[in-house]
Amino acid sequence: MPECGCTIARRRKVVSSSLEELSLTADVLIVGGGMAGAWAATSAAQAGAKVVLADKAYCGTSGVTAAAGPGHWWVPPDPPAARDAAVANRIDAGLGLGEAEWMYRILDQTWRTLPTLARYYKFGVDDEGRVNHRAVRGPEYMRALRQEVLSHGVTILDHSPVLELLARSDGSIGGARGLRRQDGGRSYWVEAGAVVLAAGGTSFLSHLLGSHTNTGDGYLMAAEAGAEMSGMEFTAAYTIAPAHSTMTRSMAYSFATYYDAEGRQLDLPFGPDQTIHLARALQRGPVYCSLHRLPDDIKARLHTISPNVPLVFDRWGIDPYRDRFEVTLHNDGTIRGIGGVRVHDTDGATSVRGLFVAGDNASREKVAGAISGGGNVNSAWALSSGVFAGRAATRVARSAARRVERLRPLGRAGLRPGGRPQTVDVAAIRSSVRAEMHPFDKNLFRTGPGLAASSRVIDDLWRDVAEHGHAGTLALREAAALVATARWSVATAAARNESRGLHRREDFPAQDPGLAARLLSGGLDRIRVSLDRPSPATRPDQLEAAS
Amino acid sequence: MIELVVEERCTDCGACIEVCPANVLEPGRAGLPVLARVEDCQTCFMCELYCRADAIYVAPDCDRRVAVTEAEVLASGRLGQYRKHSGWDEWAERFPNEQWLMETVFRRAGEAAAKAKAERLAAAKE
Ligand SMILES: Cc1cc2nc3c(=O)[nH]c(=O)nc-3n(C[C@H](O)[C@H](O)[C@H](O)COP(=O)(O)OP(=O)(O)OC[C@H]3O[C@@H](n4cnc5c(N)ncnc54)[C@H](O)[C@@H]3O)c2cc1C
Ligand code: SF4
Ligand code: SF4
Repeated sequence: MPECGCTIARRRKVVSSSLEELSLTADVLIVGGGMAGAWAATSAAQAGAKVVLADKAYCGTSGVTAAAGPGHWWVPPDPPAARDAAVANRIDAGLGLGEAEWMYRILDQTWRTLPTLARYYKFGVDDEGRVNHRAVRGPEYMRALRQEVLSHGVTILDHSPVLELLARSDGSIGGARGLRRQDGGRSYWVEAGAVVLAAGGTSFLSHLLGSHTNTGDGYLMAAEAGAEMSGMEFTAAYTIAPAHSTMTRSMAYSFATYYDAEGRQLDLPFGPDQTIHLARALQRGPVYCSLHRLPDDIKARLHTISPNVPLVFDRWGIDPYRDRFEVTLHNDGTIRGIGGVRVHDTDGATSVRGLFVAGDNASREKVAGAISGGGNVNSAWALSSGVFAGRAATRVARSAARRVERLRPLGRAGLRPGGRPQTVDVAAIRSSVRAEMHPFDKNLFRTGPGLAASSRVIDDLWRDVAEHGHAGTLALREAAALVATARWSVATAAARNESRGLHRREDFPAQDPGLAARLLSGGLDRIRVSLDRPSPATRPDQLEAAS
Repeated sequence: MIELVVEERCTDCGACIEVCPANVLEPGRAGLPVLARVEDCQTCFMCELYCRADAIYVAPDCDRRVAVTEAEVLASGRLGQYRKHSGWDEWAERFPNEQWLMETVFRRAGEAAAKAKAERLAAAKE
């Protein structure tokens, strides 16, 4: 196997003298090295696979876990009634879209797997001397996961964004191609028995902490291979942050007091609807916040609970317990929303042979239902779907008859244009996607006409990038992925003529019992939306939405 | 966004270039890393955490540049504060990771909100 910079080496030393393509083979290729990808790589290697993990950035600091502090869904097996109660609660909260069996499976896998990281992660010990496994700090967690991955002999390709998947002649997935961005943009090619996409979700370029490299690339690649999405209408989650900052860590705000520009206190009680009320208040004008009600014992320890939270105030010279500071809401897209590639089993199998998905790259509807899985289910899903997918991909890679055959690259938009090649304005596409996916009146308080208008805008963007984009750069592929993801999101939101969980329609404020089902979306040039599990009340063709 | 690398502190170890998820930095000809693409910075503070020399200053502002000088950030005493409070490297024994308290905070907030609501309802009845 060639040297590929998997050790901590200085960049200068990694630069190769030649720009010829780097070519690798593996049993399993993992695309993305966040929480899900790292766990997938570990479990595949433990199952005996030769594993390559390629991350757009640096496995250990990139992805949304790395800068945050994920609490896992963590319920001990004893007494069994505790798990039954936890699952029953989530089934109720999921508003008809969750599945108990999947929830039990991820609870169990998380419980078994997380403590195995103790080799590299020092789990916290509470004031009573008990070890706490469920709440971990992101930077330490991802640093430990990188060590874990390397200890199993996995080859890590850092700063190596994957641009497209490669297919065998029978349509199954047999590898991927990308570029080494700190190595002169040199191209690389990995041939693999199976591929796990763990490239995360997307916040559509909001300032959600740690999400800037998450541009939905995995969704686009999966769709080009023929997989479909599920739950893309649930991209209307938002999180509070001090204005002009990325610090979307919400713990301290559970005790917040809010004020309008005139200094009048706003009635925004802590609870599930707080975000909605806050968004309404922000539509009327700036909102200010004070954290004076945070209990004194917590104030004194905030810097050792979440060290990056007080950092922001400190550098601005703000005392958040005395001064009032302006706040905003950042869109969470599919990161604390739930859309993603539809999975057929907890093992992350997609409708495409040889292709698996894990973490935010996969739809979490069956474990999170119609509400956000943030707060614990998302992490449990990222961990356990990673473990399951790594194992399942290893099985498939073993059974895949390895013939020597030419692999066919599947990438289209931004790489191989459908029409006449032309220069495409990537910056303009990025800001247009933001302009459709962030404003509350478009994406949080949705209406049929508003969604139709958004869909016209992003359809034009898609035509531009798909018909003319040819540069094959990372930036162009990211732009294509953002637009594709926005299109599935808007089309599915337009098809769900009701309000359910994270999806709110001003023109259909109630829940429609006939829509207590998952919506699939897919297609690139023509977007399709259909019911996953047709209920007797609705015929699938009723939801056909063309663009 | 990242605003500067303090020249007199930087040991030119290359860690910040390697770990930055947004590929903002590049090796410079004079040795020091260069802020090549500040507009791509995602304000995640990861470079600060991995800089053992405490040579990097990231301003909390993610949507606008902030003018700061080396002298100012050195005088602030805040370089390396994130690494310190995170208990990294030499700080491991001094600053414990108390992330586990997060759930306690949410539980207490829930209880406080429920109590306030009950009091409001009781007041309304009277
Ligand atoms: C501030 C914040 C706090 C959170 N807190 C919680 C919590 O307390 N509890 C909870 O359950 N959930 C929480 N979440 C959600 C949770 O962090 C995510 O669901 C989880 O991290 C998803 O892991 P992932 O590996 O799928 O994605 P990520 O961690 O985002 O990893 C994706 C990786 O793929 C890489 N990548 C992207 N594109 C490519 C490409 N083209 N080629 C190669 N690599 C690529 C990225 O660089 C990245 O490293 C939080 C999220 C945020 C933003
Ligand atoms: S990590 Fe710090 S010391 Fe190392 S090169 Fe970067 S700025 Fe210099
Ligand atoms: S703050 Fe994050 S994105 Fe910005 S330079 Fe540092 S590591 Fe890179």
